[in-house]
Amino acid sequence: MSSTVIEQGTVEKPHSEKNYLNADHTLKSWLLTVDHKRIGILYLISVTFFFFIGAIAAAMIRYELTSPKGILLSSEVYNKTFSAHGIYMVFQFLVVAIPAVLGNFLIPIMIGARDMAFPRLNLLSWYMFITGGALITLSFILGGVDAGWTFYVPLSTISENQISLCLVGIFITGFSSIFTGVNFIATIHKMRAPGMTWYRLPLFIWAHYATAVVVILGTPVVAITLFLVVVERGFGFGIFSPELGGDPVLFQHLFWFYSHPAVYIMILPAFGVVSEIITCFSRRPIFGYRFIAYSSLAIAFLGFAVWGHHMFISSQSAFQGIVFSIITWVLAIPSAIKMFNWATTMYKGSVHFSTPMLYALGFMGLFLIGGLTGLHLASLDTDIHVTGTYFIVAHFHYVMVGGTILGYLGGIHFWFPKMFGRTYSEVWGRMSAMIVFVGFNLTFFPQFMVGYLGMPRRYHYYYFAPEWQIYHVLSTAGSSILGLGFLMPGIYLTYAIFKGKKAGANPWGAKGLEWENCDSPPITENFEKPIIVTGSVYDYNPEEDSKLYEDEDTGMLGGKY
Amino acid sequence: MGWGPFQYNIMPEPASEHAPYYDALFMTITGLAVFFTITVVAMIIFFAARYRRGTKVNRKNILTHHTGLELIWMGVPLVLAFLMFGWSTKNYMAVRTMPKEATEIFCIGKKWMWHFQHMNGVRENNELHVVVGKPVKITMISQDVIHALYLPEMRAQYMVVPGRYTELAFTPTKPGRYKILCAMHCGTQHSEMVGQLYVMNPSEYADWVDKGGNKYKNKPLTIQEAGAQIYSEKGCANCHTGTDNPRAPTLVGIYEKTRKFTDGTSAVADREYLREAIKMPHNRLTAGWENTMPVYGGTLTELQVLQLAEYIKTLTPGKGDFVRQDVKHSTPGSDGDSSAVDIANKGGSAGNAQFRTSEERR
Repeated sequence: MSSTVIEQGTVEKPHSEKNYLNADHTLKSWLLTVDHKRIGILYLISVTFFFFIGAIAAAMIRYELTSPKGILLSSEVYNKTFSAHGIYMVFQFLVVAIPAVLGNFLIPIMIGARDMAFPRLNLLSWYMFITGGALITLSFILGGVDAGWTFYVPLSTISENQISLCLVGIFITGFSSIFTGVNFIATIHKMRAPGMTWYRLPLFIWAHYATAVVVILGTPVVAITLFLVVVERGFGFGIFSPELGGDPVLFQHLFWFYSHPAVYIMILPAFGVVSEIITCFSRRPIFGYRFIAYSSLAIAFLGFAVWGHHMFISSQSAFQGIVFSIITWVLAIPSAIKMFNWATTMYKGSVHFSTPMLYALGFMGLFLIGGLTGLHLASLDTDIHVTGTYFIVAHFHYVMVGGTILGYLGGIHFWFPKMFGRTYSEVWGRMSAMIVFVGFNLTFFPQFMVGYLGMPRRYHYYYFAPEWQIYHVLSTAGSSILGLGFLMPGIYLTYAIFKGKKAGANPWGAKGLEWENCDSPPITENFEKPIIVTGSVYDYNPEEDSKLYEDEDTGMLGGKY
Repeated sequence: MGWGPFQYNIMPEPASEHAPYYDALFMTITGLAVFFTITVVAMIIFFAARYRRGTKVNRKNILTHHTGLELIWMGVPLVLAFLMFGWSTKNYMAVRTMPKEATEIFCIGKKWMWHFQHMNGVRENNELHVVVGKPVKITMISQDVIHALYLPEMRAQYMVVPGRYTELAFTPTKPGRYKILCAMHCGTQHSEMVGQLYVMNPSEYADWVDKGGNKYKNKPLTIQEAGAQIYSEKGCANCHTGTDNPRAPTLVGIYEKTRKFTDGTSAVADREYLREAIKMPHNRLTAGWENTMPVYGGTLTELQVLQLAEYIKTLTPGKGDFVRQDVKHSTPGSDGDSSAVDIANKGGSAGNAQFRTSEERR
C-alpha cells in the first residue's frame, strides 16, 4: 500500500526505543490501559486460558469415548464435561478469539488510526468478558451445567444445576461482544486515515466490519433469550415451558436466530485473516477484491435468514423448512466465491510456504470439507437422518476448529513479529501447522462416518453398538496429535516472546500500513506521524519478488521455500 | 467389514422403503462435495507448486479480477444447489407426508424411556414391534423435555416435544432387529434412552399380537377401551352427554369438526385441540359455554390423554356411552335413579359447585 506521512515542519523528534510493550511495566498500566494493542494482548492471554479449559474438557470427552461403556466419568459428569467444552469454546473462545485479539490489535493500525473510536468502551468490553468468564467458571465450580451449550428448554429450565449463574455469565460476555462490535463499526467508519477509501481497505477490515454488523444485530437477541430462561427458572414466568403455557420451540427459534449468525461471527474474521495471508505469501494483488469484500457482507445478511435449518425436525412446518433450506443452499455461494478467489490468487504469484501460509492452506482444505458437508445438512431430506448425530459434530468442528482456529493460529503466526517485535522458529512453526492439519483430520473425519452410521451426539455410552468403537478410537488418537499440535505453538511462541530474534518492521515483506508505516512492536501512538494513503492495497509484484529468490536465499525470514 | 476384534460398518443397514432413496441422495451430495474438494485442492496444489517462489515461469500480466470467471463459479454451484434442493425437497415431502393407511402407534418420550402404545392395547417400553411392508405412523409427545425418536436403519428421525404432537412415518422393508435411539440431549441418562425395533413377518406379527405382545396373561384393553375406562373414572359423562346441554357441549362426532370459541376464533378439533381442551380447558372456551371444566393438566398422563382422545373419536349417541356405570345397571327408562346427567339433560342444576356459572358463584 503506498502512503506518505505528513511532515509537520518541525524538528523531528529523536527516534525513541519505546513501544507499546515497554512504555510502562506496572500491572496497573496493563489493567487500566486504553491502548487497543494492550487490550488485544489482554484478550490474547485470556482467550488462551479459556481455550485451555475447553481443551481439557475435550480431552476428557475423547478419552471417555474410547470405551463403549465409559471409563472414568459418570453420565452426569460426562454431560457437564461436554457442556463445559461447548460453553467455553463457543462463548469464551471462538466468538471472541480473532476479533478481540487480532481485530483489536490491527484494525486501528490497518486503517491508519491512533486507537479505537471508543478506547474506554474497549477496556470495559474486556472486563465484561472476564466477568462473564469468571461467572461461567464459578457455575462449574459450584456444581456445573449439564444442558449443553445450546440450553434447550425445558431441559435447561427443569435442570437443577447452576444454569442460571452460567447464563448470566454468558449474558455478560455477550455484552462484551456487543461493545467490541460497536467499536469496530464506529472505528472503521470514522477513523480511517485520509485517502483510505473503502476499496483501499484490507479485506481483513471488510471481514471485521461484516462481523461487527452480525454481532450487534444478533447478540442482543441471544442475550435476552438466555435472560428469559433465567427469568423462567427464577420466577416461573411461562415463556418456554409448556407446563407454564410456554412454547419450547420458540426458544429454538430465538436461540438459533443468534447462534446461526454466530458461526459467521466465528468464521468471517478467519476469512479476513486468510485473505491477508494468501495475498502476502503469493506476493500478488488478491483476485476479485470486491467479490470477496461483498461476499462477506452477503454472508452477514443471508446468515440471518437461515436459522430454521437447525430445526428441520423440530416440529416447525414443512413450508418453513423448505424456505430455510433454499436460503441455506444459496448461502453456500458466497463461501464458494471466496474459496475460488483465494485459489486463483496463487495463479502467477510467487508462493512461499511460510508458517502462516501453511495454516491458511490448511484452513482452505478443512473449510472446504466443513462447508461442503454442510450441504448434507442444508438438504431437507438428508438432514433428517444425520441431524443430532456425530455427522453434525464433525461438520461444525471442521468449520469451527478447521476454519476459525486455523485462521486464528495463522493470524497469530503472521502478525506475531508485529505484536512482539520478535520472530519464532520457522521450523517449529511449519511442523506445528502440519501436525495440526493431520491430527485434525484424524480426529474429525471418523466422526462423519460414525455419524452417518447413526451415533447421536452427546452420548456417553454406546455399548449397544460396539461397531462404533473403532471410529472413536481413531478419533481419540487423532485428538492426541491435534493436542500436541496446539501445545507446540503455545511453547515456541512463548519462548519467542522473550528470546526470539528481533524482527524488523516488515519481516515478511508484506504490504499494508501495519507493516510499512509502523514499527515492530508499534509505538503506543501506532504511527510517528499522521498518514495519507495514496495507493491501492496489496500492490505486490510477484515477478520482482520471485527473482530475488531464483538463485539463493536472501536474508529474509523464511527464504526460498 | 473388519479385522479380528475390529468390526465396523461404513453405512447403516437400509431397512425402510425410504432408505435407498435417502442413500442415493446422500451419496450424490457426497459425490458433489468430493468433486468440488478435489477441484479446489487440485487448483491449490497446482498453483502452489508451479508458482512457488523462485521458479522461472511467466508472471507477467497478472489478472486481479475477471467478472466472467466470477459468474461461472457463482452460477455453476448455484444451479447445482437448486437441483439438489429440488431433489431433497421432493424426498422430504414424500417422507413427511403421513400415509393414509398405516398402522397407528403412539409414542411417549420421558426421561429416559420410550413408551409405545398400540391401538390394540399392547404397551411396550423401549421396544417396538411392527410388521414388515406395512406403513407405520407414530404420533409422539413428550412428558417432560424434548427428545428425538431416531431410527437410523429407517433413516427416520423427528423430535418428541412436550406440549404438542409430532408425527413420524416409515415403512420397514426388512425383518430384523434395529435401533431405537434418542437423538436430542435429554439429561443424565440420555445415552441410555435406547431400545430395539423389531420388524416381523406378517405371520410372526399376528402371533405376537395374538399373545398380547408376549407380556400379558390376558388380552390387554384396546386403546379405546382404556380411554373408556378413564372417561368413566374421571366422570367425564357427568357433563359431556350425548347431546349439548347447559353444562357442556357433547363430544359426539367432535373429532375433526370446526369448533367456535368465545373469543370469536375457531379451530378444527384435531388431536392437538382435544389434548389442550382436556389439559387446559380454560385456554379456549367453546362458544356458548362457561369456564367450568376442571383442569386435567396435572392429573392425566400424556398416555391417558391419548387414550381418551382415541375413545372420544369413537363416541356415538346410540352406543349408550353416556350412561354412567351406576345408571347403566338401573332399570332403563325409570326416573327412580335420577343421575346428575339426567337432571342436566332436563336443564336443571346438578347441585355441584363446580358446575355453577360464574354469576351464581358470586
